[in-house]
Amino acid sequence: MHRQSLAEQSRALRAREISSVELTELHLARIAGVGAPLNAFVTVAAERALADARQADEALAAGCGGALTGVPIVHKDIFCTEGVRTSCGSRMLDNFIAPYDATVVARLKQAGAIMLGKTNMDEFAMGSSNETSWYGPVRNPWAADAVPGGSSGGSAAAVAARLCAGATGTDTGGSIRQPAALCGITGLKPTYGRVSRYGMIAFASSLDQAGPMTRSAEDAALMLNAMAGFDPRDSTSVDEPVPDYAAGLNADLTGLRIGLPREYFDPGLSPEVAALVEKAIDELRTLGAETVEISLANSALAVPTYYVVAPAECSSNLSRYDGVRFGYRCEEPRDLEDLYKRSRGEGFGAEVKRRIMIGTYALSAGYYDAYYLKAQRMRRLISDDFRQAFERVDIIAGPTPPTAAFGIGEKADDPITMYLSDIYTIAANLAGLPGLSIPCGLVEDKPAGLQLIGNYFTEGRLLNVAHRYQQVSDWHTRTPPGFE
Amino acid sequence: MSLSRSDVEGIAHLARLAIDEADIPVYAGHLSDILEFVARMNEVDTEGVSPMAHPLDASQRLRPDEVTEHDQREHFQAIAPAVEAGLYLVPKVIE
Repeated sequence: MHRQSLAEQSRALRAREISSVELTELHLARIAGVGAPLNAFVTVAAERALADARQADEALAAGCGGALTGVPIVHKDIFCTEGVRTSCGSRMLDNFIAPYDATVVARLKQAGAIMLGKTNMDEFAMGSSNETSWYGPVRNPWAADAVPGGSSGGSAAAVAARLCAGATGTDTGGSIRQPAALCGITGLKPTYGRVSRYGMIAFASSLDQAGPMTRSAEDAALMLNAMAGFDPRDSTSVDEPVPDYAAGLNADLTGLRIGLPREYFDPGLSPEVAALVEKAIDELRTLGAETVEISLANSALAVPTYYVVAPAECSSNLSRYDGVRFGYRCEEPRDLEDLYKRSRGEGFGAEVKRRIMIGTYALSAGYYDAYYLKAQRMRRLISDDFRQAFERVDIIAGPTPPTAAFGIGEKADDPITMYLSDIYTIAANLAGLPGLSIPCGLVEDKPAGLQLIGNYFTEGRLLNVAHRYQQVSDWHTRTPPGFE
Repeated sequence: MSLSRSDVEGIAHLARLAIDEADIPVYAGHLSDILEFVARMNEVDTEGVSPMAHPLDASQRLRPDEVTEHDQREHFQAIAPAVEAGLYLVPKVIE
């Protein structure tokens, strides 16, 4: 049954071919067995999952189950879960048990999904390889010596290794799409404001967005149906109606105009990934789409712009960790300043400290205009590039990351090289646009990703294009060897 | 952009981060590299471009001034490092 997609597991549950308790036990056994060497989990909540599964079975027996009732999922450990530790991949929150559920968690619970546990991630979602986690790196199910990507690396690995039916992730600069690509799964970052950020531990608040990570576009649609929607508790939540994302999956692609940004097929793109992405685009042409070359002229400056905006917001958001009300506190502080400094110095890892310091510097007196204000102006130009492109095309296609998964340790000592792994994903965050990654082939047995970027609130269209591609390809059904 | 040892110490102090002496040169190197990298923004003239703070250019939503929170002090203090009689404990700040 673990070989079945979320949609298939859902059908089997409602047909009473399997119970939620059986499905939950099966996945918990995989997490503890074949999945254990991946280090994909920070916390497994077995007892609670089984209790929830029993309730789901009652609902299913009464004939009142929905699409997610009894389906086993996992949450990135950035979402607060009442009563279950939320670490955010950090020593700072190693002992943190949230007093409430994030809206995403509450909505999926309300929809009947079973939470198996919380997945490993880069510390405070700052990283592209899952190596910055306090709990150690996650291994890529396709190659144990390779990274799964990040920051939602544990969620991506868990879905790829068939340890759950689906997962949640968050994406600030590519943290859903890049690990989805490197692990060979489907990952969707919705429009900024589409999914509530309430209870999702903040990194860069004007960029952060939660989304589903699944095996197929159909599965992502089912999860997004439950996750999306207005939330008065998130001041940047958008009050737009939520369509049924599953309803339009089969829409015809005839006449769809796909923009191919020439800047996304640059010399930095590995030739093997380029060939697979081009082949996938050919497939979309066969399905009736037309392609148009476009230019996103400022896209080369998206990464530099991001590394001002994101650290600036991070330095402000992470000032709340002071060792006083919750989280890590250093031993025997001499005075209050020592308490702050050592609690933060010992509680945060190197990458988080680097970003806090860059942000602090960029926002400090005398430097604000040169860095933060400049970056906000750049952000406008980057966003305008997309606005102009969407006057001519319906969606934009290109690679997700420029290569397949790199080795653990390969980029760990060089922040800038690591940052460039997100070169094609970051611009969508700066503009607030929805983006999706789907598997489109293998490079030396490691997955490559096709990225689709849409205009605001066109998640349905992105899922439709991805679904149609998945009807004529089988990359999304490939399972890493050893996890069949 | 090259940061000195004292620049790094100054920034770490502003951010209230204790940094090991031995790590300061490593931070200085990495932070200088990152600042040099982000300075590529200066290749583009942004004179007259309006800064973008929110992807959808939305403004902050207002809500009615109603009490929506209820008292959960015990619940919240259960996860605090040190509390006594409902108060959060910190080292003495006033002599």
